[in-house]
Order: sequence, then structure tokens, then C-alpha cells
Amino acid sequence: MYQYDKYDQQMVDTRVAEFRDQVERRLAGNLTEDQFKPLRLMNGLYLQLHAYMLRVAIPYGTLNGKQMRMLGHIARKYDRDYGHFTTRQNIQYNWIKLEDAPDILADLASVEMHAIQTSGNCIRNISSDQYAGAAADEIADPRPWAEILRQWSSFHPEFSYLPRKFKIAVIASDEDRAAMRLHDIGIQLVHKDGELGAKFFVGGGMGRTPMIAPEIRDFVPADELISYAEACLRVYNRYGRRDNKYKARIKILVHELGKEEYTRQVEEEFAHMKTLGLNPPVEELARISEYFADPAFDTNASDDLDLSDPDFNLWVDQNTEEHKQAGYAIAVISLKPTSGIPGDASSAQIDLMADLAEQYSFDELRVTHSQNIVLPHVKKSDLYALWQKLDEAGLAPANLDLITDSIACPGLDYCSLANARSIPLAQKISERFADLGRQRELGELKLKISGCINACGHHHAGHIGILGVDRKGTENYQLLLGGSAAEDTSLAKITGPGFDEDGVIDAIETVTDLYLKERQEDERFIDTYRRVGMAAFKEAIYG
Amino acid sequence: MKIITGNDLKTGDVTWWTGSDWSRHVEDAVDVGENFEAVMQEEEATRRVNVPYAIEAEMTDDGPRPAHIKDRVRALGPTVRPDLTLKPADPDAGNWVI
Repeated sequence: MYQYDKYDQQMVDTRVAEFRDQVERRLAGNLTEDQFKPLRLMNGLYLQLHAYMLRVAIPYGTLNGKQMRMLGHIARKYDRDYGHFTTRQNIQYNWIKLEDAPDILADLASVEMHAIQTSGNCIRNISSDQYAGAAADEIADPRPWAEILRQWSSFHPEFSYLPRKFKIAVIASDEDRAAMRLHDIGIQLVHKDGELGAKFFVGGGMGRTPMIAPEIRDFVPADELISYAEACLRVYNRYGRRDNKYKARIKILVHELGKEEYTRQVEEEFAHMKTLGLNPPVEELARISEYFADPAFDTNASDDLDLSDPDFNLWVDQNTEEHKQAGYAIAVISLKPTSGIPGDASSAQIDLMADLAEQYSFDELRVTHSQNIVLPHVKKSDLYALWQKLDEAGLAPANLDLITDSIACPGLDYCSLANARSIPLAQKISERFADLGRQRELGELKLKISGCINACGHHHAGHIGILGVDRKGTENYQLLLGGSAAEDTSLAKITGPGFDEDGVIDAIETVTDLYLKERQEDERFIDTYRRVGMAAFKEAIYG
Repeated sequence: MKIITGNDLKTGDVTWWTGSDWSRHVEDAVDVGENFEAVMQEEEATRRVNVPYAIEAEMTDDGPRPAHIKDRVRALGPTVRPDLTLKPADPDAGNWVI
């Protein structure tokens, strides 16, 4: 994986020193909160319901054991012994003291991490496929491109004050595991006539106005990818609305201009930019790519597995994925135990995952947008030992992509924007559907819960989505059906009037029962929903 | 009644105005009537609190109870982590929020 050069390290160290000074000035009363707020937000420090919250960037969800262990150390030393992995492949700490924040950032910098651009109207952490570099179906490793985009977007002077926040995802396979078309810019690496390049999708997003990004270019040569991204941003920066934050995202601009007109302007800008010679030098592309070379796989590793332990067999079947290298597997650690808090991990669990990455996965981990952790390169002959250690630590729920593998935002338990609690709902649903046999009978079912319209819990993209709202001071939950964040991207629709907490769980049981009744052959829930249509589900729910 | 809340500048802890100081416990909050603007300005200037604001509450036998669920969550702590609330020994404390 990528290692900082002297410029990266100097930039991060300088920022830590700068923020330390800003915190001292705030505590001494030389800065008001109005003056200080934009400065702390530029360093990922929010003020949430109970305390300051620090969001730490995990570039494209990739980190090594040392970095993971540092995340555990921060949880233990500065927070309340746990961290929360987020739907943007980051981690958040909920109980940070302002006076500790500079020391935390210094600790992060010591392992090549930071919290820069995890807030504010700038280009946020670049996200990617959590199986990058390991997936059997990718045409190239998307991480070098994500890293180039990270370097290009870090402290980009032109894009530090955009009309609104800006999110970019890069994938390199037809299967979309990164919700790519629900980003401001989605980039899919593709081959055309033997040449590597990228498809560009622009103007997607969730939030209060969910939109699927339309494709605006079917092929940009790889060495022009940055210039094309810059052209997309320039048009947005010039014409994106700054008068109304609810209409300021690029999706609104693309929608209002129309895809054709937006694309025309981007192409015009791109043609101009090509004359400026702004593409990264070829040597730099090569330098960065070298960091993402395959680890030293054992080419004699066996695909044989002893699956005589039934619990291990279930976990392998549910939580491992095909690896591009024979004899290896991608192992997914579910952070969704029954009654657990989706995405939360204790410092001990974080430490253990760091140890296991070093021992079994060439010192690599990934954070998924589904709030799980991936060990991307595990030799199949090590899977049983790995599973045993995970199981001892409560990290082996065999529920990947099942109904209890839900996404949930922090909701009203932690977030000052939320209108309703999300986590208790996820917990109760995991209890209602705790039987693993029942979950597997339901098959792939993406359940996503948001505590407000900002949609951090991706409810628009859930096969089943839940949106918490405030109804005259009481928590109320709207049920949505039919969303998908995968390559068959679709936006979920609201079924009808909302429910209280117990009511929405009953409604979920009703729709899953109808699915089982109507399912044909190997249809997933989403397939049956699309074939049968909303009306049948509404009828089952509301009569 | 109107009570004032905010977050401690240094620690970020939720705090409540007691009439002369700030307390972590909403039970200690006092009714400030319409005097909240002056209190907030003075206290923010002295840096004892960050982003104070006044909220509606009702007086109960257990003390002031914020009118909005968001402030009740702030007053107690996350309902999903009773061990991290201000009343970790009381398993029913979350009922007060809801």
C-alpha cells in the first residue's frame, strides 16, 4: 500500500502544528467559536450531541496493521474504548476532548494518517472497492487511481471551498461494491481497444434529493483521468449554487442543466485543460502504482478446505469471497453481531484485527462502506485458524449481505442532525431475525437505516430502507423498498405512512414473508420486488 | 420553563446552567425565564461553555425534563450504550428519554 513521501508527511505534520496553535488560541479565548468552527471542521472535528466527534480519513478504506492499531490506541487513550466505522470507509470517535485533539492528530500523523478534508465543502475521502487488488473480477487495481485522486484533491486550492461537499468513488469491475453511481463523481476503470481508461458518472448522491449519476463519458484515457475530473469540478465550482445549501450539490447542477449541457461544458473545459499539460507525469503514476503491487502470494497455495466444522463452513460460505489468486480468499469480518451496534468495534477488537491482518493478510485491512472490515489476502489454509480467533472475539457473525448485516447511521443517539434513533432499530431487527437459517433462507437482503433525510445510512439504496423522521416530537419510521447501491443501482420508494419502532419491524417481517411466498427460483428480495412491484408489498403492509 | 444547555469548551461534555455555574446533570438546571440571551452571551464570552442555547423543559418530580427527545438524549447519553450514560447503574434510565 501507499507510503507517504517527504511531501505528504510534511504537509500532515505542518497541519498538526497549525491546528495545535488554533486550539490553543481557542482555549485561550483568542478565537471565537464562529472563527474556530471552520478551522476545526477542516480537521474533521465536529461538535456532536455528547461531545466533540473526530472523523479520521481512511483513504479508499485501506490501512495496515500499524495504522489499525493506532486507531485502537486512540479509542483507548482518548475516547471511550471504541470507534465507529462509517459508511464512507472512515472511523469516528464520539467522545473527544478539544484539548486532546492536537495530540490525536499527531499520533495519527505518526502512522501516515489524518483527519483532513473529512468535513467541509471540499473533496472528501476518496472511496473505492473494498476488494481492490484482490477481487477476481477487477480489470485493474483501482487503488493507484484513488491514491492519485487523493493527492490531487488534498489541499487543492481551487476546490477547498466548493458549493458543497464532494465525494468521489473509483471502481474497476462491473460489479459495483462501492455505491459508485451514488457519488458526486463515480469512476469505473475500463478497457477500450486494449487501452486502460475510465467511464465517468457525474451527479449522483443520496441525501434529501437522491439521484443516480448519469454516465457522461464512456472512456477517458487513464493518463487524462485527473484532467477530466478537474474539468468536472471546474464546471461545478463555477455554476454550482451557493445561495441554497439544499440545492448546492453537483447532482442538482447536472439535473438542472441537463446531462447533455453539463457534459458539453465539461468537454469544453477538458479541451482547454489538455492544452495546459496538467496530467500527472507518467513517472508519478508509475511510482504510485508500485506501492500497490501484489504481495508475495504463495503460488503453490492449495484451494482445499476442511469444512467439517459446520459453523466454520457457514462462515466460509457467507463471509469469504473469491480471490484472484488461487489458494487465497477475501475474508470479511462482520461488525454486526446480534444486538450489536453496526460498525462499532472496541479497542481490543481493533487491536485483534490489526494482529490478524499482520498474521494472515499481508498486513492489509479494508473498511467497507457497509461498516465491516476486510482481510483481503488470506491463504485458504489459514482460514480456519483465523475464524477461530475471530469467533473468540465476537467477530465472526456469518451474516455478510444478509438482513442483519444492516447499515445504520449513528442516528439520534449521537448525531446532532438526526431526527430519530437508527441503532436501536438495527439492534431489534438483528434480534427479530437472529436465526441464521432464517437469514440465509431470505438470502441477500441489503437493509439500510438513516436517522434523518441526510441519508448517512444509505436508506435510499437499501433493498429495504428505513428513514427515521420526527413526527410531532416522536420518532417515526418510513419504510422504503427497492433500492440498490450495486451495479443495478436504483432508488428505493416509500411504501406509505410511517410506523413506530415496533411497527416498522413488523412491516419488515411482512415484506420478507411476502418475498418468500412470491419468490421464483433463485430470485433475491430485490429481484422479486422488481418483478412483483410495490403494489403487492403495500397491500401486504397496509391492507 | 426555559433552561440553558451547551457543551463544555474543553471537554465537549453536555452541560446545564445552574444559575451560577454549569453542571453535567440536567436535574441541576434552573428556569432562566426570558433572561437566557444575557446568560448565554456572558458565559460564552468567559469560555466556560460552547454554543449555548435555551430550550423548553417541564419541571417534574425528578427535575427538569427537556421537551425535545434530542435534548433528553443529550442529558442522559446514548440510549444504546447505558454504560456510557450518566446513569450506568440504572437499566431503566433510557425510558426517561423516550
